[in-house]
Amino acid sequence: MGLTKQWVSAFGAVLLALSAVSVQAETPKHGGTLVVSIGTTPRHLNPAVQSGIATGEPGAQLFATLVRFDDKWNARPYLAKSWQTSADGLVVTFNLVEGATFHDGTPITSKDVAFSIKTIQTNHPFKSMFRAVSSVETPNPNTVVFKLSKPHPALMLALSSQLGSIIPEHIYGDGQDPKKHPRNSKDVVGSGPFKLVEFVRDQHIIMERNENFFIKGRPYLDKLVMRIIKDPSARSLGRENGEIHLSAFESTPQDILHSKNVPHLTATDQGYAAIGPITWLAFNTKKKPTSDKRVRQAIAYAVDRDFLVNAVMMGTSRPAYTGIHPDSIFHEPNVARYDLDIDKANAMLDEAGYARDADGMRFPLTIDFGWPSAKPMAEYMKPQLKKIGIDVTVRTSAGFPAWAKTVSTWDFDMTVDVVFNWGDPVIGVHRTYLCDNAKKGVIWSNTQQYCNPKVDAILTKAGQENDQQKRIALYSSAQKIIADDVPIYFTDTVPYHTIFNHTKVGNPPATIWGTCSPLDEVYLKN
Amino acid sequence: MQFLAITLKRCGLGLGLLLAVLVLNFLLMHLAPGDVADTIAQDAGGLDAEVMAQIRKDYGLDLPLWEQMLKYFYNVAQLDLGYSFYYNQPVTTLILEKLPATLLLIISAQVVSILVGVVLGVIAARKPNGIASHFVTILSLVGYAAPVFWTGIMLIILFASMIPLFPIGNMVDVSVERTGFAYMIDVLHHLVLPMLTLASIFIALYSRLARASMLDVLGSDYVRTAQAKGLSEFQVVFKHALRNALLPVVTTAGLVFSGIVSGAVLVETVFSWPGLGTLAVQAIVARDTPTILGILFFSSLVVVVANLLTDMVYRIIDPRIKTAETSEI
Repeated sequence: MGLTKQWVSAFGAVLLALSAVSVQAETPKHGGTLVVSIGTTPRHLNPAVQSGIATGEPGAQLFATLVRFDDKWNARPYLAKSWQTSADGLVVTFNLVEGATFHDGTPITSKDVAFSIKTIQTNHPFKSMFRAVSSVETPNPNTVVFKLSKPHPALMLALSSQLGSIIPEHIYGDGQDPKKHPRNSKDVVGSGPFKLVEFVRDQHIIMERNENFFIKGRPYLDKLVMRIIKDPSARSLGRENGEIHLSAFESTPQDILHSKNVPHLTATDQGYAAIGPITWLAFNTKKKPTSDKRVRQAIAYAVDRDFLVNAVMMGTSRPAYTGIHPDSIFHEPNVARYDLDIDKANAMLDEAGYARDADGMRFPLTIDFGWPSAKPMAEYMKPQLKKIGIDVTVRTSAGFPAWAKTVSTWDFDMTVDVVFNWGDPVIGVHRTYLCDNAKKGVIWSNTQQYCNPKVDAILTKAGQENDQQKRIALYSSAQKIIADDVPIYFTDTVPYHTIFNHTKVGNPPATIWGTCSPLDEVYLKN
Repeated sequence: MQFLAITLKRCGLGLGLLLAVLVLNFLLMHLAPGDVADTIAQDAGGLDAEVMAQIRKDYGLDLPLWEQMLKYFYNVAQLDLGYSFYYNQPVTTLILEKLPATLLLIISAQVVSILVGVVLGVIAARKPNGIASHFVTILSLVGYAAPVFWTGIMLIILFASMIPLFPIGNMVDVSVERTGFAYMIDVLHHLVLPMLTLASIFIALYSRLARASMLDVLGSDYVRTAQAKGLSEFQVVFKHALRNALLPVVTTAGLVFSGIVSGAVLVETVFSWPGLGTLAVQAIVARDTPTILGILFFSSLVVVVANLLTDMVYRIIDPRIKTAETSEI
């Protein structure tokens, strides 16, 4: 046995060494223009006052942040070269890189960091990111001290990628409303690897190499062009004929599968761990009969997750069993999964007292969906839930706002929904379950109106636990309780894929933030 | 004097129509549940309750509907189309920014479709039962029946993917910097496919029209006289017959202007052409009421003016219409 094990590990070591050699064989090259496609026009390019991936992709190129993350959830130095956390976790001190400047040549100081955090606190939609930050002190130009009202482990993620963009005070601090600042779309000044050349709505965003980027020798590319192409099939054809080198956030199963048959293209679902998009079936837990836990469980047993993943999504998505993305370190795979069991579902409904009527039906339910790609799943529910005597009516909305209105005013039984994790659970996960976040009129709050004081207590504790292992354990227990209560039946991940031309693109973005992280290491082959 | 009276009456009707368009569009926009705050939340990946309430307050969405409507009309009366909720820019700026691209597309498509349509129509009319005629009939049937976005995608697959002659979309190639003449050529290169797509429907329309009216005219006495005089076939067809046969084509060209505008919406979306259509689609999806109303106001203005002009021009060149209208008054 021992021998075999040794052999296996030796073989593994050889493989590792081989792969290391082949990786090293390619040295990044300088120069060239990378053409990336994006599917939507961002409202503007300033991520400090606008969240979302549309602004995040260009925003992470234009604005640097204090830290960045690798592909294993480790914080790495970026604008901050080092940091220390006090023993009680209430004081975090960052030491800034010396000599870093904004695109206009002005040095970046601790004052800019303090100004940025204040701007984000007032204007960014995600209040949970810096709510715990009571003050940001600037003892000298290269030191920033975050004073926290309670330990805040989400701080590092909130200071990375598009979330914690450092913006220049001498430009955005001129007294104008930062949300409507003219410099958000024109003459944008940040300190990221690329400088803005031109942003033409519905056309393109052109960026060029920041010669004075604070990481020497980077970025590799001379120019980064983002072409705005809304039609997915046009983007697909563009990748095929070589006009587009890379597209991120592609989620049409047909296009993903098609790209796998094109010799020069590679499709990967790596790079979406932090965004953490999950598709699910949400229940209104305050409305009969879905207020009954047994009804929700029965429905969960009646839905065939494998069918949704393999047939509806054509195998491009991955099953999700909880509200935390499978690529997150906080994901707990061992929860109640409700694998398909129609008999059990029927028995549960019988037991709960929902007898079948003369037509074999127990009760009617509605299901809503808000965007075209959610339609197949909503329609699948109708015949599937008929098997357990539920008469489902599929309700089509007049676009996203109409759906959002219906769901956020709690006028629904069930709905297909997609929610993003946004890096740390404090930012994107807690909002779905906390009792006091059931806010009428606000989409992606706790629209299920789920309330379990035990879950509330665990989540609150986990949000302040600086010990990673303890934190993982807390989220694990929360996920188990939520899976048992089923306010939401989780189906699968959104099949976001990055599709790129591997004959051209070297070092494709693979960190947890994917293309919403600085593309300073990406290079063009030949 | 009478001409002036009729013109004034027409202008008055046009104004009334514009007002009706505005009221109707405003109410339609508010008929659908949800508002721009929801779309902003969608883009942002979620908004906190306080932020959402602030947005609704900032844009006056918390006011009663009649108050919102009065405010809007008050502004429009002063020729102020308002401020876009979604883009945080004046609507007039947005529209003027996008107008040139749309005009380029619409006008070139119109010119090409009239030219090609008429030529095809004449060819078909010369031998109504010949192979060429059947070919034109089939072509126009397919062109008219095929959804314009489908035609667009087919053209992309054919001429941008299988035979990569043209780019898949956008208006300029941004990977290389171009100025002056090279820039113009680049724009024209990008224009070919969207223009052909948009023209395809109207080629069908005009070729059928030209064929029908040409057949009509070719059978008339004066054409037979011209032929009897011993004029060449070319002179008979193009100098004598075509001139009269063109009248219905010209009229229709003015009338289908609104059709072209709506066709442009689809074409622009398929080809990522940065015109009013792309803006309109984005604004509708985003529930950006001021922008949609601005675009609809603008396009109805264009259509009303185009119809008014066609009417006036026709009144001048065709005496029959004048008498009919006069006897009515």
